Amino acid sequence: MTLSLSLTVNGDRHEVHLEDARPTLLDVLRERLGLVGTKKGCDRGQCGACTVLVDGRRINSCLTLAMSVDGAEITTIEGVARNGAMHPVQAAFIDNDAFQCGYCTPGQIMSAIGLIAEGEAGGDPERIREGMSGNLCRCAAYPGITEAVRDATERLSQNQRKSA
Amino acid sequence: MNVFDYVRPASVAEAVAAASEGDAAFLAGGTNLLDLMKAGASHPARLVDITRLPGLDDIEFAADGTIRIGALVKNSDLARDAAFLAAAPAVAEALLAGASPQLRNAATIGGNLMQRTRCAYFYDPHSACNRREAGAGCDARGGDTRNHAVLGWTDACIATHPSDLCVPLVALDAVVEIAGPGGTREVALEVFHALPGETSAAETALLPGELITAVRLPAEAATFAPNARYLKLRERTSYAFALVSAAAALRIEDGRILEARLALGGVAAKPWRARDAERLLAGAAPTPEAFRRAADAALDGAHPSGDNAEKIELAARVAARALALAAAGTPERMPALPGSVFAPAGVNANGGSVHG
Ligand SMILES: Cc1cc2nc3c(=O)[nH]c(=O)nc-3n(C[C@H](O)[C@H](O)[C@H](O)COP(=O)(O)OP(=O)(O)OC[C@H]3O[C@@H](n4cnc5c(N)ncnc54)[C@H](O)[C@@H]3O)c2cc1C
Ligand code: SF4
Ligand code: FES
Ligand code: FES
Repeated sequence: MTLSLSLTVNGDRHEVHLEDARPTLLDVLRERLGLVGTKKGCDRGQCGACTVLVDGRRINSCLTLAMSVDGAEITTIEGVARNGAMHPVQAAFIDNDAFQCGYCTPGQIMSAIGLIAEGEAGGDPERIREGMSGNLCRCAAYPGITEAVRDATERLSQNQRKSA
Repeated sequence: MNVFDYVRPASVAEAVAAASEGDAAFLAGGTNLLDLMKAGASHPARLVDITRLPGLDDIEFAADGTIRIGALVKNSDLARDAAFLAAAPAVAEALLAGASPQLRNAATIGGNLMQRTRCAYFYDPHSACNRREAGAGCDARGGDTRNHAVLGWTDACIATHPSDLCVPLVALDAVVEIAGPGGTREVALEVFHALPGETSAAETALLPGELITAVRLPAEAATFAPNARYLKLRERTSYAFALVSAAAALRIEDGRILEARLALGGVAAKPWRARDAERLLAGAAPTPEAFRRAADAALDGAHPSGDNAEKIELAARVAARALALAAAGTPERMPALPGSVFAPAGVNANGGSVHG
């Protein structure tokens, strides 16, 4: 028996057919839709490399059964730039030297976008570190990551003020 | 991961029916179940996806003060709900001290209660484990027992229940609402998780097919809101399971404790309500000495299940400190590091020192 599900990923709708229900959202994104920006670090919820937004909320795609998010809107790292311009969080990561090897970076950026949308950390480095604690960085770029998230939070609130 | 049958029922009745036969498991956030299936420690023949069941994702505040939390409410949504935070701040603090933001966005309240032990030998299908296979033996004995029990364990199993959420919930007399093949019933959280028996079979009060529909807090829970804390000792500041933890809640009037609630996490196969400690505190002045006496009473009867005797003293210290923090007053704003032993003490101090 084949199963099917539909996902809207970065605004594009996909119908996916599965032989059985085992694939996670992470595996469907990478293996079926060719969106390899989302990384598989631990595959067990322990590192955050697989972080994506599901209906606007950050989750670990490695512990999410694809079938259970049938019909959802997914945003991955491939979908955050607008009209060729980097997302402010992406720009802030570059400007603040927030990575070394880059493997954890897509997950860090998606997590930061989620954190800023949640709106609870503000510019407090301690709250940012706690809010980003679900994303490990083996290169230990943590000081840069914290600074990038603080910087991006500021840029985004300035953008909001400008457009208001 | 084994191949399994996947069903998506439209109602609670359909879900119960689908889970009543064969080797079925409910799928909620999947953050524990998929992890166990990937490890090969769990291999249900059928997953019953309950994520779309209607009516299970509300937080209801009844006129009489009862709070009813639907089983599918996400851990993060409960912790962020302003009215809930005001009524049960220690529960919110415990939620935010658990897992990571991403996991909390996916994890449900029902799933959190039902999560299995983090015993490494339980997770490893090549180790002998009575919980996975009754009568197989227990490879945790003589192994790495940092996250194992010091209270309520037997030779059959020395595992702990890893939930943070359950610790303040049990202190506040939470009740679990259940729907099953035989209709609905409810069970006090204090007797919901089972201590291991001779063979260590049943882990919770749920019978085959039974679904948690909600967790209820009695109106009385909110009377502790001004003096309620959760404290969690772990091996890194965040994103780690508790080595030991404590939830403390006090009702203080005119410098006396009218009523105390205390529960411990990370010490037993269930969230451990410390009723003897509570009795000692009723009527006492909120002093470090009283808190330490109560903490010692909470650990009365504790003994190491392996190379983990230090957990007994650690748990007593964490309990005493949680009581002192509760006496000092619930902070106006959730601390930057919820439940952390490194966070500064609460404001609006009512007396009581941080170092019990
Ligand atoms: C890396 C990592 C770190 C973590 N750290 C912490 C921590 O510090 N503190 C902590 O408390 N937890 C922690 N967790 C565990 C996490 O809280 C649980 O995995 C989560 O709460 C489970 O909820 P879920 O909805 O994802 O459940 P699922 O994984 O979907 O289900 C878990 C179990 O509950 C059953 N179930 C689910 N809902 C119901 C229901 N309504 N009725 C009956 N049975 C049901 C399922 O059949 C399954 O057996 C961590 C998890 C990970 C992966
Ligand atoms: S402690 Fe319990 S869960 Fe761990 S291996 Fe022994 S029987 Fe299994
Ligand atoms: S790959 Fe999902 S958390 Fe590590
Ligand atoms: S930049 Fe290498 S793991 Fe984070």
